[in-house]
Amino acid sequence: MLIYAILAVPLAAGTAAAVLPWRPWAGWVTAAANGAVLVLGITLAAETTRRHLPGAAGGMLRADALSAFMVIVIGVIAVLASSQSVRYLAAETERGACTARHAALYTALVQAFVTCMLVAVLAANLGVMWVAVEATTIATTFLVGHRRTDGALEASWKYVVLCSVGIALAFLGTVLFYFAALHASGHPAGSLDWTSLMAASRRLDPGVVRLAMGLIVLGYGTKTGLAPMHSWLPDAHSQAPAPVSALMSGVLLTVAFYALLRFKAIADGALGPGYPRALLVVAGLASLAVAASLLITQRDYKRMLAYHSIEHMGLIALGAAAGSSLAIAAVLLHILGHGLAKGVLFLASGEILLAEGTSEIAKVPALLSRRPVLGGIFGFGLVALLGLPPFSLFASELNMLRAEVAAGLGWAAAIALVCMAVIFAAVMAHGRHLLLGKAAAPGRPGATPRIVAVPLTAGLLACAFLGVSAWPLQPLLHAAAQVVAS
Amino acid sequence: MTGSAYTGPLGLAAGAVLACAVVTLWRRDLRAVVSVLAVQGTALGVTAAVLAVHFRDIGLGVTATLVLAAKGLVIPALLRRIVRRDPGSRETAPLVNVPASLLAAAVLIVVAYLASGKIAALAPGGTAQLAPIGVATVLIGFFMLATRRKAVSAITGLLLVDNGVALVTFLLTAGVPLLVEFGASLDVLLVVVVLRVLATAMRARFGPFDLDQLRELHD
Repeated sequence: MLIYAILAVPLAAGTAAAVLPWRPWAGWVTAAANGAVLVLGITLAAETTRRHLPGAAGGMLRADALSAFMVIVIGVIAVLASSQSVRYLAAETERGACTARHAALYTALVQAFVTCMLVAVLAANLGVMWVAVEATTIATTFLVGHRRTDGALEASWKYVVLCSVGIALAFLGTVLFYFAALHASGHPAGSLDWTSLMAASRRLDPGVVRLAMGLIVLGYGTKTGLAPMHSWLPDAHSQAPAPVSALMSGVLLTVAFYALLRFKAIADGALGPGYPRALLVVAGLASLAVAASLLITQRDYKRMLAYHSIEHMGLIALGAAAGSSLAIAAVLLHILGHGLAKGVLFLASGEILLAEGTSEIAKVPALLSRRPVLGGIFGFGLVALLGLPPFSLFASELNMLRAEVAAGLGWAAAIALVCMAVIFAAVMAHGRHLLLGKAAAPGRPGATPRIVAVPLTAGLLACAFLGVSAWPLQPLLHAAAQVVAS
Repeated sequence: MTGSAYTGPLGLAAGAVLACAVVTLWRRDLRAVVSVLAVQGTALGVTAAVLAVHFRDIGLGVTATLVLAAKGLVIPALLRRIVRRDPGSRETAPLVNVPASLLAAAVLIVVAYLASGKIAALAPGGTAQLAPIGVATVLIGFFMLATRRKAVSAITGLLLVDNGVALVTFLLTAGVPLLVEFGASLDVLLVVVVLRVLATAMRARFGPFDLDQLRELHD
């Protein structure tokens, strides 16, 4: 029942927005619906850590601790983003760039996106999961292009072409897993159900699984933003409206990575951990290297945040390569922490863009003195994202590195640390200009509306709280990590 | 039914899918390319239909109908409407010229056979032997995406990749569950609709354009 409710609530809110005449307060209704998803997700998490939940919808849907954790991630970021969607739509309407029809379409598409992501993490069948992930491409394309500028059009085009190709490869990989299962030695398992594939994993043909896993890493890796298929990400993230960027970076990337984790668990069974690990290490290190080299010369703060997402996806790929229970728990905590911190930063950057009218770093100096609240939020967000205490990314990065060393990947961890140091220096330099810098004409400090300040501060506090004590999540993280740890 | 009675038509239909992929590389006239895509979609549908009759599989029969309708009729019709607005639409200056492209296609077909050896080995004697044809179609689709500069060519490349994947799916597993197949077909259709909307919007904004003119966003 819980599973149906989690899917029905955001879907109902989206349908209402699409069908009923648009009212500005409808945005708050949507935010409340996404809040309900969060509450239901926490309930689901409590249930799944206590007992095994039966499937739903004729075995197409089911929930384990890992799904429940992802529902929480989606819920948290959706609440944060939809509260700022209200702000975005109000500002666009004021500017005359957004009619009631556009606002309704935007809200409906965001809710379609959230629902698809929830289906993806609650799907028992890997084919259904694929359909859900692919469907988000379509919903988000129009969201990326919502501002209808030249750049937004170009970004949407690149995004849909590259992600469709990537996801087609993921489908081929899925089909090859299915083919291997149909021809598994002993009794064949003729379905795409994850649990039965896991049960049969030791009997799958290694040659076919090797090919299939390569395609999966390339395919879902495209949507995760892992190098070498990352090039859509900076364009799409920088052109999309801020709430959509927050959703893409916190939810879309990580749900695609969740799909990767599910397949990795099967491949670990069929091939042993060596081969999937090698794929993830290569993709992770390549992503870190790309992010490091392009962050140094970055001139646009939204693109800076986008490359930062590539870095963090690289880090979680390395963490997943280690594969132990400790590593996966750290990866999951990192997914939540990164989603929160990056969400806050993208939303703050949307507010900066609105106030300053440019996304060039050079033209936006000294935010701390000119807009103290907004600058403070942005500054603390950067501190969180760079992995400094007390924020949870510090704890999760430390644990991932520890797990990598324990798994014999010390050399990869060392390269990762070098890249992280370069990124740290580059982002600090950009951040110093943005926050401190020299203001052209000192004037009265600008105020930040409460609708922005309150939710974003709450997001940062949540991230810091998780860093100081992750105890409320500990049993869930442990149970979720057990599901896919090798 | 003996094995050879259905592998004949099956091989023919699957071969037609690959042949169409090569022809899309050869023709520069985008109207002709769209027609070839329609033929390819039909050949793909026929492949599924032959398998459906052989396995007496109703689900696969429904899938075959779906594929015939979507890839044989609806998608080509959508593309034709983009091309028709632009009468002189030709791929005038591909990054790799046509003879070299055809040579590349030959190499890609060999690569496909080498890459899918493990697949054919797992199910000897079955339709899996034809899987390299689908893989080759996927690779040619990639090549097209990488080397052509018109929006319609990019959509064509995407569809080649998709048709190749669909062909492999039919040959290896006689179709994934119907719900998944339905979702996949619907997704492809919607992606083409989305791309068409974007292509129309970009044309309205930039006039007739090549994809490498899109360079607003870079580092």
